[in-house]
Amino acid sequence: MAKSIEELRAIREKMRDQIDLRHKDENNIRVVVGMATCGIAAGARPVLNAFTEETRKRNLTNVTVGQTGCIGLCQHEPIVEVFEPGKEKVTYVAMTPDKVARVVLEHLVNRNVVAEYTVGSLDTLK
Amino acid sequence: MNFVRNHILVCGGTGCVAAKSKEIIEEFNLQLQKHGLENEAKVILTGCFGLCALGPIVVVYPEGSFYSEIKVENIAEIVEEHILKGRVVEKLLYQETVKEDSIASLNETGFYKKQMRISLRNCGVIDPENIDEYIAFDGYEALAKALTAMTPDEIVEEILKSGLRGRGGGGFPTGLKWKFAAKEQNDVKYVCCNADEGDPGAFMDRSVLEGDPHNIIESMAIAGYAIGASQGYIYVRAEYPIAVERMQHAIKQAKEYGFLGNNIFGTGFNFDLEVRLGAGAFVCGEETALMMSIEGQRGEPRPRPPFPAVKGLFGKPTVLNNVETFTNITWILLHGAEAFQAIGTEKSKGTKVFALGGNITNTGLVEVPMGITLREIVEEIGGGVPNGKAFKAAQTGGPSGGCIPTHMLDIKIDYDSLMAVGSMMGSGGLIVMDEDSCMVDIAKFFLDFTVEESCGKCTPCRIGTKRMLDILEKISEGHGTLEDIDALEELSAHIKENSLCGLGQTAPNPVASTLHHFRDEYLAHVNEHRCPAGVCKNLLQYFIQQDKCIGCTLCQRVCPTAAIAGEVKKPETFEVIQDKCIKCGACIDKCKPKAIIKK
Repeated sequence: MAKSIEELRAIREKMRDQIDLRHKDENNIRVVVGMATCGIAAGARPVLNAFTEETRKRNLTNVTVGQTGCIGLCQHEPIVEVFEPGKEKVTYVAMTPDKVARVVLEHLVNRNVVAEYTVGSLDTLK
Repeated sequence: MNFVRNHILVCGGTGCVAAKSKEIIEEFNLQLQKHGLENEAKVILTGCFGLCALGPIVVVYPEGSFYSEIKVENIAEIVEEHILKGRVVEKLLYQETVKEDSIASLNETGFYKKQMRISLRNCGVIDPENIDEYIAFDGYEALAKALTAMTPDEIVEEILKSGLRGRGGGGFPTGLKWKFAAKEQNDVKYVCCNADEGDPGAFMDRSVLEGDPHNIIESMAIAGYAIGASQGYIYVRAEYPIAVERMQHAIKQAKEYGFLGNNIFGTGFNFDLEVRLGAGAFVCGEETALMMSIEGQRGEPRPRPPFPAVKGLFGKPTVLNNVETFTNITWILLHGAEAFQAIGTEKSKGTKVFALGGNITNTGLVEVPMGITLREIVEEIGGGVPNGKAFKAAQTGGPSGGCIPTHMLDIKIDYDSLMAVGSMMGSGGLIVMDEDSCMVDIAKFFLDFTVEESCGKCTPCRIGTKRMLDILEKISEGHGTLEDIDALEELSAHIKENSLCGLGQTAPNPVASTLHHFRDEYLAHVNEHRCPAGVCKNLLQYFIQQDKCIGCTLCQRVCPTAAIAGEVKKPETFEVIQDKCIKCGACIDKCKPKAIIKK
């Protein structure tokens, strides 16, 4: 099936989303889920899946979702950290897939930190 | 559909495939399934990363972690640690990227820092078997632009303005070649791609065909439009099975998408491509011989003029460019002639790919801007000469080029500077030699190659190179005379002037340049019957230093001709029986206290 130039460009747009992962963009937001044994035991995998699912649904191509090892606060796992360029990192604790939807909407889309989920909200650390 | 969060790129170049990268891909898929990650991570076969010495290479995105020398056994660990838990497996990373407390980006490592990738821009980045990935990286946009927004004359002008010169070795301005062919009035014209890469040690064309085949298709179609041709041929050597397979696959995909065939992009322009296999004759890389071979005739060069642009394939006007030359065409159309012109030196624009080989730490494929110094390539990108040995010379241009000695390490790499010192750019083989290399032996090696590959059509090349080889053999056996050296020089000049094609005209270069830069070494062979580097077997004898010998008899056991005398635990009795010794070196390799020397 011969393609027109418009079709060529449509393929390119479609494929760009898929290869974004291979471009390191300085403006990217990085979401990192703690996936050491403690995190996995506390349910980090559903949280990770929820993040990938939510970011895909909202077509947030500037967000990469990754994993990391044990952050050290094992009792508060699953822990998720959000790195925005030029800002202090934000650490969310005791995450669940339900909380993810709100973090994605409020933090990743609207750029407002969901304070009540962060590590700062824990009484023990105050 | 699930959101893929990791891309695992596995090198599928010939070097890495030989080192089992196919098995690695299978193992990755298996392990990912085992952990239920098959929808989260995607394994992608890609082209050559260039660092072939450390293959197989695996790169995991988005982190960009660069794993080197990966074995099938390592995959389980990478999947479990990196993909599942997100912990980069540091011990398997390319060690140059590992710093004390952080992991450096690949582009900061010595090997990649000074490189500039135009020709190889998609190699190691895209999946060469997926046309959509090529499109995502602006693929076929240059063709679309050429066909809809430019006239053939404008394209020729653009290429002319860019200053692009032939990357196959000759360095003829590509735009001029196209202009000549475009000017010819003829209903039938052809575009050919020379992928008959024959220089020993050079493999950049193979890497492009394997890693970015659509780039060649697109550039050839542009060339077809520019000169008025509707048929192209890619002449690849049959010894490149992976390249041939990927190229054919790419042509099929391009036809399905209508980027090859009739009425491309609805503009009425027709272009079709065919792959032709070469049977591995070095001379078929010469343009007229290559076209004879495509026609189905014996691969022998014919005199020029008429040049191929006037009377080429099947007697029709033909543009023939090398693989690497074509890779620049799409880039120039996308970024403009000015951007290309900004790179390089006054008369050599753009970049050049070199296949680094020989006595060098990082063997592999590197692409550098023209005008970089040889020292930067050897010491910074190549990581220097290994094992604490000293650099002696570098050979560029393979059997057609010459050697560049230590005191010229700061030479700028471009067509004209290399010509000026008696070497040439060639297709880009760069062989580094350390202090243990004998220059007479090197000259003999390259001449042996040309003698073997001479097609025999013209006398200077057929008989002249053979005579030169005879003389070199005589010298390396210690029977040479000073007259022989004069004869070598005389023959060099004759062969250069009188041969029919480039093969013969450049064949004496390795001899002439070693004679020029390392004359004292030739003289040592002739006058003192001595090989300073200790390579020429007939001029060497092996000796056992009895004060270092421990009498272990290991040397006696490995000696194939029982040429070592001595009683166990009595070092003072050990010696080499010279008339039995065949100088194979087996004893030296085995001797633990390094008591055996050759001199």
